[in-house]
Amino acid sequence: MLKMTHLSKVYRTEVVETYALRDFNINVNEGEFVAVTGPSGSGKTTFLTIAGLLETFTGGQYHLDGVEVSNLNDNERSRIRNEKIGFIFQAFNLIPDLNVFDNVEVPLRYRGMKAAERKERIMDALERVGLASRAKHYPAELSGGQQQRVAIARALAGSPRLLLADEPTGNLDTQMARGVMELLEEIHREGATIVMVTHDPELAARAQRNVHIIDGQVVDLAEDPRFHHAVHAARNNAPA
Amino acid sequence: MFAYYLQLGLRSLRKNPLLTLLMVLAIGCGVAASMTTYSVFRATSNNPIPQKSSQLYVPQIDNWGPEAQQDNKGEPPNAITYTDAINLMRDKRATRQTALFPAAMSIVPADPSMLPFRETSYAWYADAFPMFDIPFLYGHGWTADEDASHAAVAVIGKALNDKLFDGANSVGKNINLNGRDYRIVGVSAKWNPEPVFYDVINTNGFDDPIEVFIPFTRAVEVQTTTNGNNNCSKDPGKGWDAWIKSECVWLGFWAELPTTAQADAYRQYLNGYAAEQQRSGRFHWAPNTRLRNVTEWLDYQKVVPQEAKVSLLVSLGFLLICLVNTVGLLLAKFMKRASEIGVRRALGATRKEIYLQFLIEAAAIGLAGGVVGLVLTGLGVMGISLVFEPDIAKLATLDASLVLLTMLLAILATVLAAFYPTWRAAQVQPAWQLKSN
Repeated sequence: MLKMTHLSKVYRTEVVETYALRDFNINVNEGEFVAVTGPSGSGKTTFLTIAGLLETFTGGQYHLDGVEVSNLNDNERSRIRNEKIGFIFQAFNLIPDLNVFDNVEVPLRYRGMKAAERKERIMDALERVGLASRAKHYPAELSGGQQQRVAIARALAGSPRLLLADEPTGNLDTQMARGVMELLEEIHREGATIVMVTHDPELAARAQRNVHIIDGQVVDLAEDPRFHHAVHAARNNAPA
Repeated sequence: MFAYYLQLGLRSLRKNPLLTLLMVLAIGCGVAASMTTYSVFRATSNNPIPQKSSQLYVPQIDNWGPEAQQDNKGEPPNAITYTDAINLMRDKRATRQTALFPAAMSIVPADPSMLPFRETSYAWYADAFPMFDIPFLYGHGWTADEDASHAAVAVIGKALNDKLFDGANSVGKNINLNGRDYRIVGVSAKWNPEPVFYDVINTNGFDDPIEVFIPFTRAVEVQTTTNGNNNCSKDPGKGWDAWIKSECVWLGFWAELPTTAQADAYRQYLNGYAAEQQRSGRFHWAPNTRLRNVTEWLDYQKVVPQEAKVSLLVSLGFLLICLVNTVGLLLAKFMKRASEIGVRRALGATRKEIYLQFLIEAAAIGLAGGVVGLVLTGLGVMGISLVFEPDIAKLATLDASLVLLTMLLAILATVLAAFYPTWRAAQVQPAWQLKSN
């Protein structure tokens, strides 16, 4: 589904080159739920934005759903983002001027879908996250957890092949975070491929597989006993 | 997607009413100032006879010599003498030609209940009617034979026909002009070219419609004096005969020359004619002639008032300042929505779609600015007489074409002003926006 080989991302200024990703290799299979962890500044979010075609990379190869994406133009990248990828951000990133229905509608508008089909998909997605009754509400009228559920509905409405989540519970309290996580697990059980960036070892432990990034490179968890212990401890403390 | 973007645009405009009002007012004021002054400029710079403006020519012949022309930068006088007019008419080198002059006529109505009144009339030749494409309600112009026989015939205008004959067909009836009866041979439909190209010298380009036309030959026979300019380089002497034989210039002259070759041939003819006058001892200088078509003649006579040009330039400058302000306001407005742009890009919007969304929003501002501009233009046109002469000011009208132009200018100018802010909006990097949130 997602395969990066020897991928690098360099930010250049006149005086310095900074490697955000270096010889980065990852392979996510279809239907997998992968948690990407690592300390701040390790390159997790850069990986996610490149994976989501929001940013270009400097070297290496990236195949998404079998397509090499390095030579795609803006239109092609936008079309792939719209049709194959769903995004869930830490800050929800809902458009404050649009109500819940209109927010979920945004990606479907860019797909040129007919109004009746849009409405059906939007209401299905909102039913799925339990917010169908809030369709006419504006983001400011919802709690953080509800806003993140709207963002998930927005990601789901387009039936993407890949869900990219960047700290999806980072701005939520424990109870709301648990609800959002359960929703992601449910979506995964229904067959979606999910890549989730998180700081939270407890959330990482609930994914099928963990990928750890340090200094822009994927490292083997077995070689990082501190993280291994943290994951182990989190698994023991997780609710049954 | 157009309706969707328009809906988003209107929603965004409603969200910041003060900012929206500022932009709409800036566009409205700039457009109104430009359109008000343009309405004057348009009327004064209008081509009054577009279908023939390149075929009708004014010949000029220098009968005064270099000394008298020192103040005129070597250009021949703007009018010609009776001698030259008659010679040019006699030689008939153009397809059609006419000499002409304005004359004040006292009209004595047949209806005893009506008081006599004065009308400006023109004395010219039969060729003038087809030459100037004058439309007729009844009858037609007089004939060349009637020119030759100095016939007492006249063509009157629609307004005069309405006044004297209640709009009925008056062909064959008589009209009393300066105490003499003239048989009406035609009633012209409304004909009022603006500028009045055929007699710029005596009208400054703008005047009321002319209601009476009589044969030039008849007017001269009854010694009708001109109501226009009469310029002499030296004393013409006393009496009618002395005046018409003098070097005083007081006649307009027009020649219809449908092709460039004919115009070139006519130029040669004019030079030849001037050379002949030199040989005969009348001119003591080399031939100095000109031949200008309608457009060149109006340019040469500076029919467009200088203040119309200056005020148009000033108001366009004002519009530019308004647009620069709008650029700043739009930039602030659009960049405030960088995070929304980032989200839309992440969800599949191409750069082109971001361009479209924001350009349509700008067009909505332009549309509102156009409506405000239209109202202000209407007020401006009503108040234009405070700045321009009444003859000029009355030409400024808010007609359908100006309404359309005002709306188009407002929308186009705003969309143009939105190009840079929209370009900046479309350059927003979604990754950075989403990371920074």
